[in-house]
Amino acid sequence: MSVLTPARTSGRTASAQENFSAWANRHRKWLFAAPAMIFVGVLIIFPLAWTLYLSLTDSQGSVRAASDFVGLENYLTVLTDTERFWPAVGRTLSFTLVALGCEIILGMGIALLLWRPFRGEKWVRVAILLPLVATPVAVGMMWRLIFDPNIGFANQLLGLVGIPPQPWLSGQDSALPTTIFMDVWQWTPMVVLILLAGLTSLSDEPDEAARMDGASAVQRFFYVTLPLMMPTVIVAILLRGIDALKTFDILYATKGKGGGSFHEVETLNVYAYGLSFDYNQYGLSSAVLILFFMIIIGSMWLLTMRKKAVSK
Amino acid sequence: MKRRSVVKYAAVAAALSLGLTACGGGSSESKGSDTVRVTLANHVWTEGIKAAIPEFEKSTGLKVELTQLGEDQLSDQYNVKLNAGSDEIDVMMYRPLQEGKAFARNGYLADLTSKVAEDADWNWKDYQDGPVKATTFEDKVTGVPIITEREVLYYRKDLLKAAGIEVPKTMEELEAAAKKLSSADTAGFVARTGKSAAVTQFSSFLYSFGGDFTDESGKSAVGSAEAKKAYAFYGGLIKNYGPKNVSTDMSWPEAMAIFTQGKAAFYTEADSLYKNATDPAKSKVTETVGFAPLPAGPAGSKPYNIPSWGLGVNQASANQDNAWKFIKWATSKERTLEAQKAGVPGPRASVWSDPAGTSTYPKDLAAAIAVSAENGVGHDRPQVLTVGKAREIVGGPIVSSITGADASAAADTANTAFQKFLDDEK
Repeated sequence: MSVLTPARTSGRTASAQENFSAWANRHRKWLFAAPAMIFVGVLIIFPLAWTLYLSLTDSQGSVRAASDFVGLENYLTVLTDTERFWPAVGRTLSFTLVALGCEIILGMGIALLLWRPFRGEKWVRVAILLPLVATPVAVGMMWRLIFDPNIGFANQLLGLVGIPPQPWLSGQDSALPTTIFMDVWQWTPMVVLILLAGLTSLSDEPDEAARMDGASAVQRFFYVTLPLMMPTVIVAILLRGIDALKTFDILYATKGKGGGSFHEVETLNVYAYGLSFDYNQYGLSSAVLILFFMIIIGSMWLLTMRKKAVSK
Repeated sequence: MKRRSVVKYAAVAAALSLGLTACGGGSSESKGSDTVRVTLANHVWTEGIKAAIPEFEKSTGLKVELTQLGEDQLSDQYNVKLNAGSDEIDVMMYRPLQEGKAFARNGYLADLTSKVAEDADWNWKDYQDGPVKATTFEDKVTGVPIITEREVLYYRKDLLKAAGIEVPKTMEELEAAAKKLSSADTAGFVARTGKSAAVTQFSSFLYSFGGDFTDESGKSAVGSAEAKKAYAFYGGLIKNYGPKNVSTDMSWPEAMAIFTQGKAAFYTEADSLYKNATDPAKSKVTETVGFAPLPAGPAGSKPYNIPSWGLGVNQASANQDNAWKFIKWATSKERTLEAQKAGVPGPRASVWSDPAGTSTYPKDLAAAIAVSAENGVGHDRPQVLTVGKAREIVGGPIVSSITGADASAAADTANTAFQKFLDDEK
C-alpha cells in the first residue's frame, strides 16, 4: 500500500529497526533499568530463593545428590537446638551490641575531638584511619600473635607491671571479649568518619545560642549537639550494626572452624559456615541462614523506624 | 551494603546452583586439553613436585597450571567447585581419610581402577596395603596415595640426658618422665589440643590403650573403659605437664612451635612433619631433637599408619587422560624416592626397602618409622562420611580432659552423640 515510502525500498531490515526503536522507546524505562534488574535478579533474588528452597530440603553431602522436600523440619531442628544455634544467636547479639556500643561512644568522643581544626589535624586523621584499611584476616593474625598466651606481646607487657599472664583468645570466657576488642579497634575509625561528616554539616547557630544562654559544654553536647546528630548516629548504627552482625573474618582467622573447641566465638555466621563447609548439611545450613537473614532484616526495620521517628 | 551478608552466602548458593546448569550443558572440550589443571595443598611434597614440573612439561609437551592452597582453603575450594560439578580441576590433592569417602560417595572422584593396573612398570602392587585401602572405595580405586604418616614421639635428647632419663618405652614411663622434666619455663609434654585437630594424634593413644572409635559391629566405642582411660591419660599429660595457659585450639603449627622453640621436652606428632623440628630455619632444637616409637600402652604401641594425602582425578574433568599422565609421573618410583629423600615418607614399599630411601632421615626416626609401619593401625580418625562432624564429637572429651573436667562423663556424652551420628549416617 505505501509504495512511495523510502523505508519500503530499503527492505525489511529498516522496518525491523524502526519497529525495534519504537518498541524500545515505548519501554525505555524498563530497558534502562534492565541491567540493574538482571544483576539484582541473578545475584540477590535467585540465590536467596535457592537458599530458601534448600532450607526446605534435607540436602546434604553434595547439593547435586538427590534430596527430599522436608517442609519446615530444618527450621524445627534449628529452633529447638539449644546446643549450637541459640548460643550462637546469643553470641551474635552480644558481640554486635557490645562492639557497636563501644564503637559509637568511642567514635563520638574521637569525632568531637577532631571536630574543631587544630595543628597536625591531618596526621592525626590519617593515623586514626589506619586500622580501617587493614585486611580483617591480617588484623586477626596480628592480634592472634599479640595475644598468644605464651609468647605474645600482650602478656609480656602485663608481666612488666606485675599482672599474671591472661589467656586472651584461648580462654573459654575471654575469647569473645577479646574478639570484640579487635572489632572495636578496627571499626571505630569508620564510625568516626561518619560522625565527623555529620558534625561538620551542623550549623554553629544552635550551639552559639546555647552558649549565650550559659549552657555548659556537657549540657550543650547532650541537649544541642546530640539531638541534632541523632539521624547521623542512627546511620552509623545501621551501617556498623549490620556489618557487626555478620562478622566472620576476624572470628575465623583467630579461632578457626566452629569458633574454637568450646564454640567460644561461634556466631551465626561461623555456625552456618561450619554446617555447610565442614558438615556438608546444606539444608540445615540454609535454614540457619534464612533465620539469620530475618534477624538482620528485623533489626534493620527497627532502626529505620527509629530513624523516621527521630527525623520527625 | 545491607544485604552483603546474604550475598556472601547467596554467592556460594549461586556457585553451587549455577554448576547444576553448567553440568547439564555438557563440557566444552570433548578431547582433553593440553593444559592439566592441578590443585595441590601446601606441603613439603608439593614444593618438590613444583620444582620438577618443567621436567614433566618437557617430556610430555603438556602444560601444568598449578593452584596451591592451605589445607582449609583447599577443602573449601573442593566443596564449592566439586559440588558445582566444575571441570576446572583435573588433578586434585585430597585427604583420603578426611574427605575420600564422602568425595567418592558424591561421585567427585574418577574411577582409576583400570588405569592403575595398565602399567606394570609404574607398578600399583608396589603400594603398601594400608594406603591402598584408604584410597579404594567400594572396590574401586579412587586415588593414588602420595604421603604416609605415623605418630612418633619427638623428644629432647639434652633434657633427658641432663635428668638421667631413658627414652620412655611405655606410657607410664612417658608420664613419669614428663613429670620430672616439667619446669617453670619448659613443659614436660605438648601435643595438639584443638577439639578436632587433636583427634588424629589422640587416636594412637586410644589404640594403645586397647580402644578404637568404633567396635567390630560398627557401634560407637568412645565410651568404653579403654577409651575413657586414653582420654584421661592424653588430656592429663597436657593438663598436668603441658605449657602454662595452654590453649585448647592448638593444631600442629602451634604445638610444633612450642616444641621447636625449646619449650617442651616431649611431643607426639606425625613423623611426616619432622622437618619442622630439624630445619634450622624453623627450629631451635635441631641438634637436640630425638625420635622414638610411640610408647606402649596396656595394649602395646599402636600408632596410626595412614596415607595423609593422595592424588585423584576430578570426575567432571574433560581431561582425565592427561590428568592421569600427571599423576603417573608425580607418583613414579623415582619421584617418590626423591620426595622421600626430601623428607616426605612415601607409600611405596620399594622406597622403604631401598637404603637410599632412608639415607636422609635421622637414624632414630627411620628406626621409629620402621617399628610403627609394622604395628600401625590403618586409620587415625573415625571412618565415616562426615569426618568433620565426627571429629568434633569424639574430640570433645579430649578438651574436657585437658581443662580438668570429668573425662569419663564427657566420654559418655560423646558416646551417645557419636552413636546417634552413626545411626543418622546409615
